[in-house]
Amino acid sequence: MNPRWTRQELIRRGAAGTALLAFPSLLAACGGGGGGDAGGGELKDVLNFSNWELYIDIDKPTTLEKFTLETGIKVNYFEDINDNGEYFAKVQGPLSQGQGVGRDIFVFTDNSRFPGLLVNEGWVQKLDKDLIPNMSNLVDAQASPPFDPNREYSLPWQSGMTGIAWNEDLTGPVTTVQQLLEDTNLKGKVTMLKEMADSVGLVMLQNGDDPSSVTDESFNRAIDTVQAAVDSGQIRKFTGNDYSQPLANGDLAAAVAWSGDVVQLLADNPKLKWAIPEAGGMIWTDNMLIPTGGSVATASTYMNFVYDPAIAAQIAAYVNYVTPVKGAKEELEKTDPETARNTLIFPDDQTLSQVNQFDSEALDNDEYITLWQGVLGQ
Amino acid sequence: MGSFFHRHRGLTPYLLLAPGLLWLAIFFLIPLTFLGYQSLQSGVFPNFEFTWEFSNFTDAFSEYRTQLGRSFLYAGIATVVSLLLAYPLAYWIAFRAGPWRNVFLLFIVAPFFVTYLIRTLAWLNILADEGPVVGFLRGVHVLDEDGRLLATTFAVVSGITYNFFPFMALPLYVSLEQIDPRLLEAAKDLYASSTQAFLRVTLPLSAPGIVAGTLLTFIPAAGDFINAALLGTPKQSMIGNVIQAKFLESLDYPTAASLSFLLMGTILVALLVYARVVGTEKLTG
Repeated sequence: MNPRWTRQELIRRGAAGTALLAFPSLLAACGGGGGGDAGGGELKDVLNFSNWELYIDIDKPTTLEKFTLETGIKVNYFEDINDNGEYFAKVQGPLSQGQGVGRDIFVFTDNSRFPGLLVNEGWVQKLDKDLIPNMSNLVDAQASPPFDPNREYSLPWQSGMTGIAWNEDLTGPVTTVQQLLEDTNLKGKVTMLKEMADSVGLVMLQNGDDPSSVTDESFNRAIDTVQAAVDSGQIRKFTGNDYSQPLANGDLAAAVAWSGDVVQLLADNPKLKWAIPEAGGMIWTDNMLIPTGGSVATASTYMNFVYDPAIAAQIAAYVNYVTPVKGAKEELEKTDPETARNTLIFPDDQTLSQVNQFDSEALDNDEYITLWQGVLGQ
Repeated sequence: MGSFFHRHRGLTPYLLLAPGLLWLAIFFLIPLTFLGYQSLQSGVFPNFEFTWEFSNFTDAFSEYRTQLGRSFLYAGIATVVSLLLAYPLAYWIAFRAGPWRNVFLLFIVAPFFVTYLIRTLAWLNILADEGPVVGFLRGVHVLDEDGRLLATTFAVVSGITYNFFPFMALPLYVSLEQIDPRLLEAAKDLYASSTQAFLRVTLPLSAPGIVAGTLLTFIPAAGDFINAALLGTPKQSMIGNVIQAKFLESLDYPTAASLSFLLMGTILVALLVYARVVGTEKLTG
């Protein structure tokens, strides 16, 4: 089955689309029109996969090439996700009408509300676990996330940790969030992440609160702490991963930063350091999901492929984030023992005991989100 | 066909207008209707219901009037600065650049060959704390040792000014270029000084360009969010940033829609005041 639209179909849908613009209420009625490409159980010869930028290996032969060689399935790999919210806004229209989005797999982070929302709204499909025997390689810590307790809809792509990075040229070690937010030597040279779970989570840990079980009091305490640092001018701004360059060239002395970015930065820049704060850090996971209209069989076949430890090792070695696949470390020890020993990529038990997951209910709390956006000035 | 048009000659203007009107209807009126519909909804994503929720507007205004006011302030400053910088430039190109006119016009437009985002990101490097501009300003003690340009109001307003500058310069050039030089000669023949000739001939004749440039700069600048997002801090957040966050992060589409209407409405009022002050005939050139 070819997922591409025929010309006739395109014109038909185009005309329907124009009419839909005019009458939002008609949208629901016409929802069925998009069902044409929903080949749930059938294996297709093309996989459409949306992922974040720079999030897969590119050294030949790449894992994607190996997949095609092994299964005959060609992969259209799209690096079109930059931001959970932005990507969600793009796909939510068609999904809410029961239509596909031209993708078999897309990836959302579990420190945003979106994976939970997609599952609850029924906008993603169940995995075909019969096609994913390698799922037994999923690390235990990832087996039962709150948004999908039995891993019926999702599988982790990679995880990452949130901690503090600093530039040794400008400051000594920044090992606590308190120091980050109060040390006057760092004033105006500090950034935090825009993601609520990352920044608020770190501050909660500093305040002695538990970010995996958020209460109004602990949340407000964290908001007050961050707001005070914004008002005093300590925090220069809130960023996505655009902290990397200013941190490397000295515009920033310290930043709340993601582990994988830092592994890549560290390689070019020995002056940069990264640590999990003394009070603890955060961990998050990007999850593969199969949207409505995507081919479950094709997507599940691919997921099984990347849960092969050798393949997972090749991806992890390139992207430098934490792999969710058991045995990948052992595979990598054979080819790249130095990377295999890096605790930012393969965190040991001690590292894992220091990181926390953010409360999934709090992620979906509109009041919290509004308060946090208020701190961001919006 | 020919005889059809011959018989219904009165239809021709409407037929010629039809594509434009259709375009407006599809890409402006229909989305606008949808936006208006959304702005009066209530509920939680994705289950919004149409409930004539007018309080969306009052709530949005009282909650975000700071950012709304800031947007108009920044857009206003950027427009005035653009005008002051662009007028002499356009004047010089129109009257003095001779055969090099097109080359200089190309220079004004050239940055537009690069995408908006990249142009703004370039300023991150130019204004960087360890960059050449800050280094120089620290050297001459305009900035103190810890002073910076990035993540300040100055950076945001400069970014807006830079990004919308060509929208000011080009209409100014067009209106100045159309001025018949013999009018200026006539003014001098009647003993006008250069200043008088400028104030009483050139300036009034270039007024349509000033008006067009002002509108083309001010209106998009008021809704801009890229400059504040990249060059500013939470303290420089503009209404565009709020709308973006409401739409993408909070999934609060009704508030995002009502804020968009508030922005549009405020611009419209500002436009009417402006038109009343400068006279409508100048708006249409």
